[in-house]
Amino acid sequence: MTQLNIDNTARAISWRPLCERRDLVANSGVVAWLDEAQVALFHLPSTEQGEQIFALENRDPKSGANVIGRGIVGNLKGELVIASPLYKQHFRLKDGSCLEYPEQRLRAWPVRLNGDLVEIAEA
Amino acid sequence: MKADISSIKSETLVIIGNGMVGHHCVEQLIERGAMAHYDIHVYGEERQRAYDRVHLSEYFGGRDAESLALCEADLYGTHGVHLHLGVQVLDIDRDNQEIVTSAGRQRYDRLVLATGSFPFVPPIPGAEGNSRLVYRTLDDLDAIRDASAKARRGVVVGGGLLGLEAANALKSLGLEAHVVEFAPRLMPVQLDDLGGAALKARIEALGVGVHLSRATSEIVPGEEYAYRMNFNDGEYLETDLIVFSAGIRPQDALARSASLEVGERGGVIIDDDFRSSDPTIYAIGECASWNGSCFGLVAPGYSMARNLASQLVGEQHEAFSGADMSTKLKLLGVDVGSIGDAHAATPGAKSYRYIDEANNSYRRLVVSADNSTVIGAVLVGDNSYYDTLLQYAQNGIKLPADPSSLILPLSEGAPTLGADALPDTATLCSCHNVSKGAVCCAVDAGCTDLGELKAQTKAGTGCGGCAALVKQVFEHELSARGVEVDKSLCEHFAHTRQELYDIVRVNSITRFDELLAKHGRGHIGCDICKPAVGSILASCWNQPITDPTLVPLQDTNDTFMANMQKNGTYSIVPRIAGGEITPEKLITLGAVAKKYDLYTKITGGQRIDLFGAQLHQLPDIWGELIEAGFETGHAYGKSLRTVKSCVGSTWCRYGVQDSVGMAIRLEDRYKGLRAPHKIKFGVSGCTRECAEAQSKDIGVIATENGWNLYVSGNGGMRPRHAELFATDLDDATLIRYIDRFLMFYVRTADKLQRTSVWRESLEGGLDYLKEVIIDDSLGLADELEAQMQLVVDRYECEWANAIADPEKLKRFRTFVNDQRGDPDIHFVKERGQPRPARASELHLIPVTQEALS
Repeated sequence: MTQLNIDNTARAISWRPLCERRDLVANSGVVAWLDEAQVALFHLPSTEQGEQIFALENRDPKSGANVIGRGIVGNLKGELVIASPLYKQHFRLKDGSCLEYPEQRLRAWPVRLNGDLVEIAEA
Repeated sequence: MKADISSIKSETLVIIGNGMVGHHCVEQLIERGAMAHYDIHVYGEERQRAYDRVHLSEYFGGRDAESLALCEADLYGTHGVHLHLGVQVLDIDRDNQEIVTSAGRQRYDRLVLATGSFPFVPPIPGAEGNSRLVYRTLDDLDAIRDASAKARRGVVVGGGLLGLEAANALKSLGLEAHVVEFAPRLMPVQLDDLGGAALKARIEALGVGVHLSRATSEIVPGEEYAYRMNFNDGEYLETDLIVFSAGIRPQDALARSASLEVGERGGVIIDDDFRSSDPTIYAIGECASWNGSCFGLVAPGYSMARNLASQLVGEQHEAFSGADMSTKLKLLGVDVGSIGDAHAATPGAKSYRYIDEANNSYRRLVVSADNSTVIGAVLVGDNSYYDTLLQYAQNGIKLPADPSSLILPLSEGAPTLGADALPDTATLCSCHNVSKGAVCCAVDAGCTDLGELKAQTKAGTGCGGCAALVKQVFEHELSARGVEVDKSLCEHFAHTRQELYDIVRVNSITRFDELLAKHGRGHIGCDICKPAVGSILASCWNQPITDPTLVPLQDTNDTFMANMQKNGTYSIVPRIAGGEITPEKLITLGAVAKKYDLYTKITGGQRIDLFGAQLHQLPDIWGELIEAGFETGHAYGKSLRTVKSCVGSTWCRYGVQDSVGMAIRLEDRYKGLRAPHKIKFGVSGCTRECAEAQSKDIGVIATENGWNLYVSGNGGMRPRHAELFATDLDDATLIRYIDRFLMFYVRTADKLQRTSVWRESLEGGLDYLKEVIIDDSLGLADELEAQMQLVVDRYECEWANAIADPEKLKRFRTFVNDQRGDPDIHFVKERGQPRPARASELHLIPVTQEALS
């Protein structure tokens, strides 16, 4: 079973394939190339809401390095987050906002699993 | 009666003196809401607002007047306190309740004298100008600085506390400093003969001349220097300037001219409520004489200021009952401490003494006639004993069975005072006078957070020296009230690392999700609990960390088995056991570094670090390294890093054992052991200790008869020497002890706690550790050894394991859908090697040329 994480916008946007499902690493991140952007993909096969996938900008605003996809996925006070591997600040998977520093924010893309494909849409 | 018709305030309070005590009184008044009731006028003779006289010598060490100031410039103004600086009070007109200044008159309803003291200069013929300097105010220091401009040598008359501070000041000015003291020892009030001698030796070692038992009879012009001081024993000393610091006298001139009663040796006579013979006039600090004594230290002055402020706002206040003159200082960088009856003047008092002539350390413990309580102490060279001794002395705590343990070197396992042993009256924080009772009250009122406690009580917010004690008492009190001290790992686990370790082991748990479901709460975990549990699972079962259920737990460095650097690239450290490497392998490292253009550096642990590899390059690089016989060095893990060694008896003419052989044997045994923190070893082939083993978690030093084992040292931010644990061990016993030690550490340490901090936190200290490891007091030895053997048997090079598994290699792609490298990574050349480009250099780089792909 595949469940979208952004249901209400799903109909309004056009999806394009990004990579394959088998490229993902469960409960962790990988990075895909999207035109000139780097997209960190996080795959959570079994959350309370079922299977989920998220797409965030790979660039860590604090260090300027492209490392977000190599952080640790976590759940803080009910929110799914990724901890940046360099300075350990946390970003919400749902929208890329930062828990500790409101001025840091990662771009977030709508993303979904469609059969064996990972599909992404322009936000 | 109103002092000022425009004010609704009912009384005028005048404070004469804006020194440390006068200022503290104002602060305490403001804090207690006195501004609602009083119109406050403060008069200071000096131009500067109150400053820190205790640290006056730092004025020559780079601190300016502003940084020595005790408060922000606008504190008084903000609260409506009228501060009159540079205004001398000339007289007190008691009949009209007015003070007279050069600027006019000011009425008072109540008057506080906080005029402090002045330096006593003995009447010596010829003392004037630069041969009659004093050391008390910033102006005095400016005068000393001016005098020092063309001076080479300076002399301080007076070897007391202030005199030594003054000598430090002269030294900071670059002068050759000398101290001349009338008494036969330094700090005659606080120290005994042996303590004075130890201090003298230490100070002389710093290049300061010390001349005791000398009285200056006259000062005459000198031949080589500006002045010559002739002593009454016929000797002399020449110098360019002389600072007198031969004691202080209470500044009671105003009180005398106003016919207030003064003490025989000076000082405004006060009662237990700080009232002088005129009930509208109070005196506090060094200008006051209570019960025949003046107090020349800041702490009693603060205590008076606090109590008086309480009294003035109508709060219940404690009658003054004297002050403890115990003191701990750093004079010229030397620790000096004196507690209570330092001279054992109490009838029947007995002393314990510890003398270390090699290091000029001295400690004396003075106990009561019945050997039951501490009544005094002298410390020179190491004040780490002070706090415990002071608690014993102030609170009448019963001495331990062997009182000498209180002053013997700490590595002997001296008992430190537990939170439980302190009575409620014990002062924890002397800066803010917070007692254990106050902490208990806060806990009773519902405070369960240390930060909150500090905000409420101010405990630990002064010098901070009591922070550890405050925390200890706080946690103890919480526990005693049945409040669980929150030592939860994070929001997902209400357990400590130690508890989780036991749960994992007892229940044979091998997966994070199982542990979370059965013993945690919530879902997924976080970046605190995941790596901690990952480490515990590895310590217990030693499965490859890249296995699918384990890899999401790892920090990025463990995940990719390399060390992430600031630009997102990785460094690679192959294992070079014992620092021994063949030329072939060295060539391989060079060839690989050259091929992938990696920055190459020798590490502190006798290995070679290759920097600047991108994620997708790691498998290729490791393929070549493994081919050449290398295996992973775990530089990325909380695990065994290196075993550093010297060449030992194989090559060295001094070596007595094969240290390289032992180092390789140890490194091969413990490589891959994951622990609460990184672990480093050192093995030296003789007592010269070239491998610096005593700075390692495990240090092994060869002896004629085997090996000496040292444990729990480390370098880093807070270096700690390893402690001698066992001597003359054969190879098998050495390894057995290390097995047990490391596994006991893995089992009981907190997360990210190194062996040094763990060892210091062990109740019972080194002796306890010896009992567990050597005497097997817990009956754990076999189990610990078996656990270690399991880890050893399951060892497998993580990189070799990953390279062989295409599923695991999937992660080592910069982009899962593209072959290119990270286009944002740029290097420039420096000293013939690549380094990350700085932001400012980026626009200079033609991207197509320099970007690695």
